[in-house]
Amino acid sequence: MEWLTSLQTLLSDHTVLTPANLARYGEGLTTTVQLVFLSLIAGLILAVPLAIGRGSKRRWIKLPIYAYTYVFRGTPLLVQLYMIYYGLPSIDALRDWKYWDYVDQAHIWALIAFTLNTAAYTTEIFHGAIKTTPRGEIEAAKAYGMSWGLRMRRIILPSAFRRALPAYGNEVIFMLHASAVASVVTIMDLTGAARFIVTRTYAAFQPYLFVAVIYLCLTFAILYLFRYLEKRLLAHLRPVEG
Amino acid sequence: MADTPIPLEVRNIRKRFGNNEVLKGLSLQAHKGDVITLIGASGSGKSTFLRCMNLLEQPDDGELIVHGESVLFKDTKHGREPANQKQVVRMRAKLSMVFQSFNLWSHMTLLENVIEAPVHVLKQPRHEAIEYARQLLERVGLAERADYYPSQLSGGQQQRGAIARALAMDPEVMLFDEPTSALDPELVGDVLKVMRDLAEEGRTMIVVTHEMAFARDVSSQVIYLHQGLVEEAGAPQDVLGNPKSDRLKQFLAPKH
Repeated sequence: MEWLTSLQTLLSDHTVLTPANLARYGEGLTTTVQLVFLSLIAGLILAVPLAIGRGSKRRWIKLPIYAYTYVFRGTPLLVQLYMIYYGLPSIDALRDWKYWDYVDQAHIWALIAFTLNTAAYTTEIFHGAIKTTPRGEIEAAKAYGMSWGLRMRRIILPSAFRRALPAYGNEVIFMLHASAVASVVTIMDLTGAARFIVTRTYAAFQPYLFVAVIYLCLTFAILYLFRYLEKRLLAHLRPVEG
Repeated sequence: MADTPIPLEVRNIRKRFGNNEVLKGLSLQAHKGDVITLIGASGSGKSTFLRCMNLLEQPDDGELIVHGESVLFKDTKHGREPANQKQVVRMRAKLSMVFQSFNLWSHMTLLENVIEAPVHVLKQPRHEAIEYARQLLERVGLAERADYYPSQLSGGQQQRGAIARALAMDPEVMLFDEPTSALDPELVGDVLKVMRDLAEEGRTMIVVTHEMAFARDVSSQVIYLHQGLVEEAGAPQDVLGNPKSDRLKQFLAPKH
């Protein structure tokens, strides 16, 4: 029970877990969840048409998409974030844009970087799942008079999304953890809050331990959500009970 | 009879894969109530011929007339293709196919499989489609399996489910592509029984099969293909009972 007492001393350490700092953590949590959630949603919306195009027979559709996913999967997210955060504002044409003042915020740039990054990975996950749709099932859809759009909507995508679910669950967890890099461009996300508190209190360990526990809890919630979804949506892959 | 168009007619179908011409001009007329069986050794082109009838394979030459409507083709740099995708979709909905490997949609329950095309292709009201699907599943002996997924069913059950799915379209012609070849021997009988019932109620069927007893007892016409050509065709008692060519005699001889 020694660890319990040490945990108690940790939690009763009033230099780190002050009400003000807790509020900072709370804001950091909101920021992290918002950033990750919004970029995942936007990435998902982008990834579906991109994944369909990635499997196209036409080279002028599939090659640019492949180039995009290759670049964004082939470079570190931190580098992508720096390039977007520092690089885009140096383009004159962009600065002359009349809405510039509204978008020049770290949050927007981080959101764009995260979205492009997760969309690249998600495109490849979905593309792989679409590619492995059993040929016979597509043939049956054709033979029953389904048009290309109907086949995509009713047969190929629903079946591919289900198969992509476990891999996509991992991508969501990776994205949550990768979002910690937002803190390097002034964003007060969970990691940013911890770093801020470290600089204030000179306590190097506890502030990070506390966010690590929060990240763990978030990961657990994601795992649980995906396990539930898999149980619901992958029923057709399980043998019948009893 | 003269007023109603022939459900399916194909004229002079040719198909090549690379340098290999697999169909060398095949024709066939399926009148209402006909049961036509296509037999032949593997590689004779019988499955390819069947798949040309609903354009799962594109014939390089020849005509395809579904219920009096001739399918339009155009020449592209990839070869000959159907000119009008809407027409293809419409004609396919009139022909339903039963595959060797069942090809039920694995993410849907059996009932969902059966109502899928009627609801989304034929635009039937869902509740009507469900009601009809339940009758069909009852008929093929799968009423209790309606909510099972394909992976939870035996091969024979899946194939009977696939036949229910085909029937739900109220097709002009049913195409069977070796429907019993992938089944364990003890499961073949149930599927053949369902097919015999369909033939008896006057369904128009074209069946690629190795089941000679089925061809003999059920079909109105037997076509024996050899290397992409019709070697013999006619009533089953003639073709199977009194084969003319040596090749067919050899094909029908009991194997050891």
